[in-house]
Amino acid sequence: MTYLLQQFLNALQVGSIYALIALGYTLVYGILTMINFAHGDLFMIGAFCCFLSVAFLGLPFLPTLLLSMCGVALLGVLIERFAYRPLRQAPRVSAIITALGVGLFLENFTLALSPYPQQIPPLLDNRMWTLFGVSLSSLQIFIIVLSLLLMFLLDLLVRRTMVGMAMRAISWDKTVAPLMGVPVNAVISLTFAVGTGLGGAAGVLYGLAYPVIDPYMGVMVGWKAFISAVVGGIGNIRGAMIGGYILGAVEIMVVAFFPSTYRDFVAFVLLLVLLIFRPQGILGKPQQQKV
Amino acid sequence: MKRYLLLLVGVVAVLVSGACSKGGSSAIKVGVIAELTGDMPAVGESCKKAAQLAVKQANDAGGIEVAGKKFPLELFIEDNAGKADQSAAAAQKLITQQKVHAIVGPNATRYALPASEIAESSKVVLITPWSTNPKTTLDARSNAPKKHVFRACFIDPFQGRVLAKFALETLRARKAAVLFDVASEYNKGIAEIFRETFEQTGGKIVAFETYTTNDKDFSGQMTKIKNAAPDVIFLPNYYSEIPLQIQQAKRLGITVPFVGSDSWGSQELLKLCGDACEGYYFSTNYAADAATPAATKFIEDFKGAYGSVPDDVAALTYDSFGLLAQALKTAKQLERGAIRDALARIPLYEGVTGNMQFREGSGDPVKSAVIVKITGGKFKYFATANP
Repeated sequence: MTYLLQQFLNALQVGSIYALIALGYTLVYGILTMINFAHGDLFMIGAFCCFLSVAFLGLPFLPTLLLSMCGVALLGVLIERFAYRPLRQAPRVSAIITALGVGLFLENFTLALSPYPQQIPPLLDNRMWTLFGVSLSSLQIFIIVLSLLLMFLLDLLVRRTMVGMAMRAISWDKTVAPLMGVPVNAVISLTFAVGTGLGGAAGVLYGLAYPVIDPYMGVMVGWKAFISAVVGGIGNIRGAMIGGYILGAVEIMVVAFFPSTYRDFVAFVLLLVLLIFRPQGILGKPQQQKV
Repeated sequence: MKRYLLLLVGVVAVLVSGACSKGGSSAIKVGVIAELTGDMPAVGESCKKAAQLAVKQANDAGGIEVAGKKFPLELFIEDNAGKADQSAAAAQKLITQQKVHAIVGPNATRYALPASEIAESSKVVLITPWSTNPKTTLDARSNAPKKHVFRACFIDPFQGRVLAKFALETLRARKAAVLFDVASEYNKGIAEIFRETFEQTGGKIVAFETYTTNDKDFSGQMTKIKNAAPDVIFLPNYYSEIPLQIQQAKRLGITVPFVGSDSWGSQELLKLCGDACEGYYFSTNYAADAATPAATKFIEDFKGAYGSVPDDVAALTYDSFGLLAQALKTAKQLERGAIRDALARIPLYEGVTGNMQFREGSGDPVKSAVIVKITGGKFKYFATANP
């Protein structure tokens, strides 16, 4: 029982990070129906911002988090402005290729600065407790709570504010929204800022939990977060959160009860099966064919 | 008429230049394939530095004498970007374009394997400094030793046995757990030999867990290992992953000692680990603080050139060049085949990482291993294990 609880906690931590990154994919898809494949690498940039802020500026946690989020958000907005916006009317494939290219650029740019893995110095005091035989670390709880808080804030933003309403309007119909006075480009930029900013926050939290970072760290995590978003129903915000936790739980539980070599194999077979029965994802709406 | 004259001049020029390039080279060309970028840049960097030092020293001494004539060394360094396909491409480029006489590197087994296939089929000597997997020097189909592939380090079965005995006898462990990268040849090979030896010698493997390259979260596996209550945990993984594995284990309340293999032996490990790796052990080819006169001289030279203590990759790369130099001195001529024959017949080479010679018809040297303990943020010599 304690074993199961411990593994459950592990799953929550991994799932929180997948969910935060998955939100970035889903927000952008929701508003542009485009998959921003550079998002995993923006997440990596977030971790490197955290490293620079801690190692060179010596900032404490909160300024580091804000700085990394703003830095990555700014980068996200610039990428949208200069790489994606000119292609908005182009075939969808061109936009996807551009996104992949931007991702590769970010990886190799970081690689050119330093190919060495870097260690993020400890930012927070890590305390450990044992509760009914389950080891709790303050870091783990902090990561889970902060991720949930960020997701809650995003949910508020999208559902309860004017900006959120504008985002939903564009997502609903991109041609009619501007006729109703919605400033499309500004809202799209803002959506990019929010989505990539969350990716940056995920990078910081990831860097706290796994403090050895390298330029390729965003590739696999990015793919897994993308899959989380698809499983939850891409374009749906609550779906992305659920998808992240599901993928985290499946991965950890496969390791817990099967030989760990089967982890990715079993996890992805389960996801394939899920998609066969619900191709639109858990919370996604079935796509209507336009004639 | 004028036109014919011009043509004649052209033909003569081509003939002369062709004859010149054919008439033997004026330098000994050595290619190096190193992991300069990718997931283990510290390894590539050490390899490159040691190679440049070895070449500079040889050239400062007037070059190497082959069959009565002195030749300078010419170095060609290729980056394999930490990729298997680029390792093979680099070997191909060195052999066909640069026309090197011999290749040193790549270091990690997963890159050395593809490069060694190219070298073997092109009949060019390849010495890998650091690849300890037995497969590197064996033909995949016949399992017979490759004729042109050599190494300067010991092999994993030896290392796995040394570590299993160390865990049983010195650490008095009865139950061991293993966590390794199942996608990497080196890690998998050594983990399996450790398990075999540990169980044969009376121990019990209580957990045998895996992950894949680039994973950062090991909490699921470590929780499972904790649940199995081992006396020791064996991590035959690369230096960039060890800090995360040990930190996560400690966060789950695991307190038993960790033991590792020679892939731990980079100074980067100490930087990335902080004090999390304090007091743990690994086996390697050489310990900088228990050095022989040959090693002391190399360490001083290396420090003089680069201002840092050389790690095992640097020492083994330097020894690869040492082996090559000794072979060149006894080679009948400066030619790929003659170099290979001379290298295979080296009677005894006294290197920085100890004495070595090649087994009859094999590219694997006979040499001893050392166990290093991480003490006070440094690698400290702990014990020697002889073959």
